Amino acid sequence: MTKQVQQLDRVIIRFAGDSGDGMQLTGDRFTAETAQFGNDLSTLPNFPAEIRAPAGTLPGVSSFQLHFADHDILTPGDAPNVLVAMNPAALKANLGDLPRGADIIANTDEFTKRNLQKVGYDGNPLEDDSLAEWRVHSVPLTSLTVRALEGFEISKKDAERAKNMFALGLLSWLYHRPTEATVAFLEAKFAKKPDIAKANIAAFQAGWNYGETTESFSVSYEIKPATLPPGVYRNISGNQALAYGLIAASVQSGLPLFLGSYPITPASDILHELSKHKRFGVRTFQAEDEIAGVGAALGAAFGGALGVTTTSGPGVALKAETVGLAVTTELPLIVVDVQRAGPSTGMPTKTEQTDLLMALYGRNGESPVPVVAPATPSDCFDAAIEAARIALRYRTPVMLLSDGYLANGSEPWRVPEIDDLPDISVEFTTEPNGDGGAYLPFKRDPQTLARPWAVPGTAGLEHRIGGIEKADGTGNISYDPDNHDKMVRLRQAKIDGIEVPDLDVDDPDGDARVLVLGWGSTYGPIAAAVRRVRKAGGKVAQAHLRHLNPLPANTGDVLGSYDKVLLPEINLGQLALLLRARFLVDVIGYNRVRGLPFKAEELAAVIQDVIDSD
Amino acid sequence: MTSTESLNGKGLALVPRTDTAQTLKDFKSDQEVRWCPGCGDYAILAAVQSFLPELGLRRENIVFVSGIGCSSRFPYYLNTYGFHSIHGRAPAIATGLASSRPDLSVWVITGDGDALSIGGNHLIHALRRNVNLNILLFNNRIYGLTKGQYSPTSEVGKITKSTPMGSLDKPFNPISLALGAEAGFVARTIDSDRKHLQSVLREAAAHRGTSLVEIYQNCNIFNDNAFEALKDPATRDDITVKLEHGRPIVFGTGDNEKAVRLSPYGGVEVVRRSEVADSEILVHDAHNPDPSLAFALSRLDDPAFEHVPIGIFRSIDRPAYDQLMREQMEAATADKGKGDLRDLLLAGDTWRIG
Repeated sequence: MTKQVQQLDRVIIRFAGDSGDGMQLTGDRFTAETAQFGNDLSTLPNFPAEIRAPAGTLPGVSSFQLHFADHDILTPGDAPNVLVAMNPAALKANLGDLPRGADIIANTDEFTKRNLQKVGYDGNPLEDDSLAEWRVHSVPLTSLTVRALEGFEISKKDAERAKNMFALGLLSWLYHRPTEATVAFLEAKFAKKPDIAKANIAAFQAGWNYGETTESFSVSYEIKPATLPPGVYRNISGNQALAYGLIAASVQSGLPLFLGSYPITPASDILHELSKHKRFGVRTFQAEDEIAGVGAALGAAFGGALGVTTTSGPGVALKAETVGLAVTTELPLIVVDVQRAGPSTGMPTKTEQTDLLMALYGRNGESPVPVVAPATPSDCFDAAIEAARIALRYRTPVMLLSDGYLANGSEPWRVPEIDDLPDISVEFTTEPNGDGGAYLPFKRDPQTLARPWAVPGTAGLEHRIGGIEKADGTGNISYDPDNHDKMVRLRQAKIDGIEVPDLDVDDPDGDARVLVLGWGSTYGPIAAAVRRVRKAGGKVAQAHLRHLNPLPANTGDVLGSYDKVLLPEINLGQLALLLRARFLVDVIGYNRVRGLPFKAEELAAVIQDVIDSD
Repeated sequence: MTSTESLNGKGLALVPRTDTAQTLKDFKSDQEVRWCPGCGDYAILAAVQSFLPELGLRRENIVFVSGIGCSSRFPYYLNTYGFHSIHGRAPAIATGLASSRPDLSVWVITGDGDALSIGGNHLIHALRRNVNLNILLFNNRIYGLTKGQYSPTSEVGKITKSTPMGSLDKPFNPISLALGAEAGFVARTIDSDRKHLQSVLREAAAHRGTSLVEIYQNCNIFNDNAFEALKDPATRDDITVKLEHGRPIVFGTGDNEKAVRLSPYGGVEVVRRSEVADSEILVHDAHNPDPSLAFALSRLDDPAFEHVPIGIFRSIDRPAYDQLMREQMEAATADKGKGDLRDLLLAGDTWRIG
């Protein structure tokens, strides 16, 4: 039977199942196959904080959305074209996002009376006409898998668990994905359990064969590789890119990396990743608490290391006093905040941009801290190096504001040439800088206002630093009123004077009257929305802030040259508040705090409304 | 590279030594010392300044890290590297420094409030990790810098500004706490006994790993004479139990001579010397890998102040944290070679376009 092959330019697939069904793994593998095939892609994992929520319930649903295309794309997509629903809960939890005509691949084996009742279905939606708006493919994934694995030396439970690989095989067939890497992956993953490895590979192949032979799938799809700039690519998540960026910063600065960290969602993967790379001279210290994590990083920085601490909002709150100590002792330190929904514990696995004001102002005293925010998962690599550059050059703690969406989302990344990475090397002070061979630890570089950095072990430069106010120059304890005023202003002037690139504006025809501004992870959805608006004939300019403190020097000019400035934020208007105060610009906020990234369609409508309104 | 074994007991093996003779003066900074007149901190500072030259270390490789409190001003008065940090966090900051710089001799200066109240968590974790630090805990059983509130080592019923009807909480015994955290080196000494203080510092410095030294320190403003019984010639010899490794534990003079023996209940007890056979007297073994007896000895002064052990309760060798960290780094490098950034970025599935 020859099957029809249809060409598509892009597809959005969502794998959804119970949190124990292996949906994240399935999504990861499909992503790897897709990356290898050469499509552009963007992913959105979405999972509960509970490790294993009660089976078959709505709160236990875990999903993984993947958008891939033959052209460059900016978001994981608004609405899936295909939903793989491993049980009734997965169907019910995701149906609302599914546009009319989308495909549903449902595992009929799990649509039992009991499972249906658990989520409030009176009847079986696969058997009545309630899903008539969609194209339903009912596939008994579990029983097909178990049958395919008859004769394997594994338990029935293990056979059933391989159903996600059967589903992956089926989807891989449906979208013409390369399969070799998944086979190799399974062999490596279950290297110590060869029977399980064989069974999973067999399930994967059975899924593929099922697609090819069964009549419920008459069409398969091709999405041609995307034409991206030439280079070597890999797929990378935000947390992984951030970890690699920190290692690169260590290599490029010539300083050993010291990470002090306490596990916290969604930042822990950075700790996990860095702890694998001891060969790079990386020290990872899992501290007793958040405060010790940043304290140890600061202590290491005092000793001449590239000190880093990684956390999320609740951890930043705990670290505040130590960050203030780094501000006043003027030591380099990188504080990574992978923002999550708050306040308090909030929703640990969901994303937000609500820590901006805390990063800027969440300390006692006048305590200015530079803030850098990556725009995309792969940008976390460059943003980490940029944070290190600022920290080392200006001897200051730097806040690096990632978020849950960037941390767990992934996209193809053109691997940079090492020679193209910035040189951020540091020279420690080794000679006295004062009269008569004295060392003045707070004598500043006239250009950067940075103080010298003499590390313990340097003869003749023994000195003391601390949290008490320091006399300008000598660093000795000082309660002198004028000295304090001077030091407060010097510390502020140092941060204000940090050189950051100008704000780029994308305004293709130069005649837009509306500027849509963003910062951090909203870059993708905003850029995708801007494309839609322009495609429909609308005029809109776009700019994206990567440096939140100090702001680029031309920020005020950019804002002032448009009639309207729209600023979507996943908070209640934190950057808008700052821009209004600083530039007296009547910024129009668009604020949703749902723990989810914006959708391109949603933002396109908002932009269009602003364009259309007077 | 030195192996874990060979570093044990050699606290300063990796710290560069000086060829130049040093004196007390070399360790005095130019800063005016600003403790209250009569404060016990002066005696400790003088003892430390006159002790440091005998270590023979390069001055630039010595670092003093402190938290907050009267004692935490200490680093400013020493001409070494110093970091006066924030309340309770000195052990955490020193952990990062000592873990990444084995060539430094790192000293933490802290007090009973700093170490046992606000920074209690960091203290016990530094002790269990065995970070290469010398922690000097100045215990005056009161909050001095905030002007006289009770501290976590104040006796129950302490009348202070914040406890006008007496404090309610049972105090920590710092030695018991440290032994409970299985610290490798635990000692107690007194500010006024320079010879004993320096002998303990000597052993602490030689110990590789965390050494905790509790120093009874008099606050003459808010808690004067807290340790007077240990200093008054009329009483001190009868209540001070000097622990010396390998020696039977006896103390007191004349009719008041006493000895320590094992009690039938699993602890230790004080008995009249005349009522006990020599063979029954407990011989102090600071190197016993089991901390139980050291813990029992630490309970002798609790809750009464009738007999107070001072000296080294425990001194055992186990690998220090920085050493274990380095060994993992070396093992990883030996296994797969030194890290290469390009290889790292290109690891895993990649594809080429164009």
